[in-house]
Amino acid sequence: MRFELTDDQQAIRRTAREFLASRYPPEEIRRLAFDDERGFTDEQWTAIAELGWPALVVGEDDGGLGLGVVELAVLQEELGYALAPTPLLSTVAAALVIAARGDDAQRAEWLPGIAEGGLRATVAPDGDGLSSDADALAGTLQAVPDAGAADLLVVAVDADRDVVVDLRGDGVTVEPADALDPTRRLSTVRLARARAQPLRGAGSRSRASDTVAVAIAAESVGVAQRTMEMAVAHARDRRQFGQPIGVFQAVSHACAQMLLEVEGARSAVLYAAWALDAAPDEAPLAAAMAKAYASDAGRRVPAAALQVLGGIGFTWEHDLHLWLKRGHANAATWGDARSHRRRVADLLAL
Amino acid sequence: VDLTASPQEQAFRDELRDWLQANHPGPEPEGDVAGFQFRRDWQLTLHEAGLAGVSWPEAYGGRGATLVEQAIYNEELARARAPSAANILGLAMGGPTVIAHGTEEQKRRYLEPILSAREIWCQGFSEPEAGSDLASLKTRAVRDGDEWVVTGQKVWTTLAHHAKWCMLVARTDPDAPRHKGLTYFLMDMEQDAVQVRPLRQITGEAEFNELFIEEARIPHANIVGGEGNGWAVAITTLMHERATLAFGLQIRVKITLGELLAEARESGASADPIIRDRLAQLYIESEVLRLGALRGLSAIMRTGVPGPEGSLGKWQWAEVNQALTELAVELRGPRAVLNDDRWTYRFLRARANSIEGGTTEILRNIVAERVLGLPRMR
Repeated sequence: MRFELTDDQQAIRRTAREFLASRYPPEEIRRLAFDDERGFTDEQWTAIAELGWPALVVGEDDGGLGLGVVELAVLQEELGYALAPTPLLSTVAAALVIAARGDDAQRAEWLPGIAEGGLRATVAPDGDGLSSDADALAGTLQAVPDAGAADLLVVAVDADRDVVVDLRGDGVTVEPADALDPTRRLSTVRLARARAQPLRGAGSRSRASDTVAVAIAAESVGVAQRTMEMAVAHARDRRQFGQPIGVFQAVSHACAQMLLEVEGARSAVLYAAWALDAAPDEAPLAAAMAKAYASDAGRRVPAAALQVLGGIGFTWEHDLHLWLKRGHANAATWGDARSHRRRVADLLAL
Repeated sequence: VDLTASPQEQAFRDELRDWLQANHPGPEPEGDVAGFQFRRDWQLTLHEAGLAGVSWPEAYGGRGATLVEQAIYNEELARARAPSAANILGLAMGGPTVIAHGTEEQKRRYLEPILSAREIWCQGFSEPEAGSDLASLKTRAVRDGDEWVVTGQKVWTTLAHHAKWCMLVARTDPDAPRHKGLTYFLMDMEQDAVQVRPLRQITGEAEFNELFIEEARIPHANIVGGEGNGWAVAITTLMHERATLAFGLQIRVKITLGELLAEARESGASADPIIRDRLAQLYIESEVLRLGALRGLSAIMRTGVPGPEGSLGKWQWAEVNQALTELAVELRGPRAVLNDDRWTYRFLRARANSIEGGTTEILRNIVAERVLGLPRMR
């Protein structure tokens, strides 16, 4: 039993931390968020592909690195910590669904391209409101992440049917949506008799789905960690009544509460990631717990940090709101805390 | 990250399960005297099987178990609903402190009788005017030849009415800065100068006592860790308390929660969406507590000492146990006005969880100052 990162996993963390800190300083995050039409640059995407991140959890047989969900969680936490705007998570999510649900030919068609960075893909939050006949889809999909920069879209048409839509194909319109979180582009995707290719493999969706939930939860751990650090730094530096405000227990205890939630969320995420890799029976419950707990931490810690920062934390100029918005967006994505607690209750046969 | 048990860990677990199945003494008898004797006999049975103080070095009667094995030990005893050992404070705090700070002679003298429960230990830290602010304690010890003469008052002294030895922190140098003038003694409770008076608590029981100490005598050789070094030695005791006891506590929370979930299923209460959400949240928090304890173990195994992070677990445990017993009482609806043989007691007893072993406020201070590096209040 060893519940901490291995040397290799720590090396992934260090590489990610250094790379992201050097490439995504706050001014670059703001430039991408507010001034760049697509929200990332080709050069940035190429650099990320060269690090092997889109290939991380793609199997070696499919042209990827075949690493585990723990490695993915480590990387995602760093991406949340850095708040790097990138379509990576959407692409990884699509790759996971294609790997689980596609047949050999479909995996060979898409996964090597995704792994080397040549193809980008995304997954629609849900397939509500779609109508399908034969292999054509019609309807409108809301809040699809990174669809503007993706080649492929994976949609769950119903509980056991996933399809892949070529976003460059006929009958597809992608329009930018006004997103709460400016660092992750969302689109409205309109389909009018768009061609859809059903995924024909026999695998189950649930492991892929749980993995994405854990990846988002890991990102929220990074978001919470970063905003906690902002609050702690402010509590040390800011002086009122002749002393640093961190000496006041109303402030220091709020910071301690942040640590409790950050560490709790990190434990839950690491456990779920490990279970997805090594203990499949425990994975559904572990993933639901991780997404529930980290969703709450990802909303509450930035909010508490804003309170510690006081008025400055409420300004556009301070960076905190960027992380706060990501935390809230993540909490609402891929099942909110309440829906995952419902799953926990179901799995406990309550 | 690897949460699977190693073959060695699994073998230890299997051995314990078999042993517990063969040796479980059955339910504990009612009443303080009979109950305590029962726990004392049980501890002796454990000791004779080499299963008391498993993490202690073999030279002193332990079996040199790793922390993970110790966690497995706590887990299996809780799972088997084995009685607790009589000498819990000696096992969890006194022994580890003597092992860490005691002389060889002290180790030879004190450790074996702790394991066999022949000598029960209690802890004399808190005083009526020194609770959370422990370093302000006033109990005085004055040197008289080869002995020290101690006068003062201690409070919340669990097991004092059964104890042979008291881990006593007293002020030996009133002129030194307050953290520096303290010394850690082992005081013999069997002398007339020490009077024990039980304190009745809101559950109606008396787990705790007050100690009135009037010129009690302690040989100089009973100092642990050196004169004036009492604060550091006391902190060792408290860190062990939080690290070791906390592991057993989180397992008990899971067992209690399991009972609540079963009852809620049976009564249909879990069909209510709000209750269902709260039960799921409690389950998640109990798991987070367990996982935090496991992460803590891995960290201690690497660094060798329990760190201030242990405070998080104790703090969170108190919150979960209180919330869980509150919900259990709430689910009894109008019948909550009647005393129930299980939940009423647990609910009342849980009120102490956020006070005993370091109040939640003190734990938050420790986390803020020593983990997050915020400026000290004092």
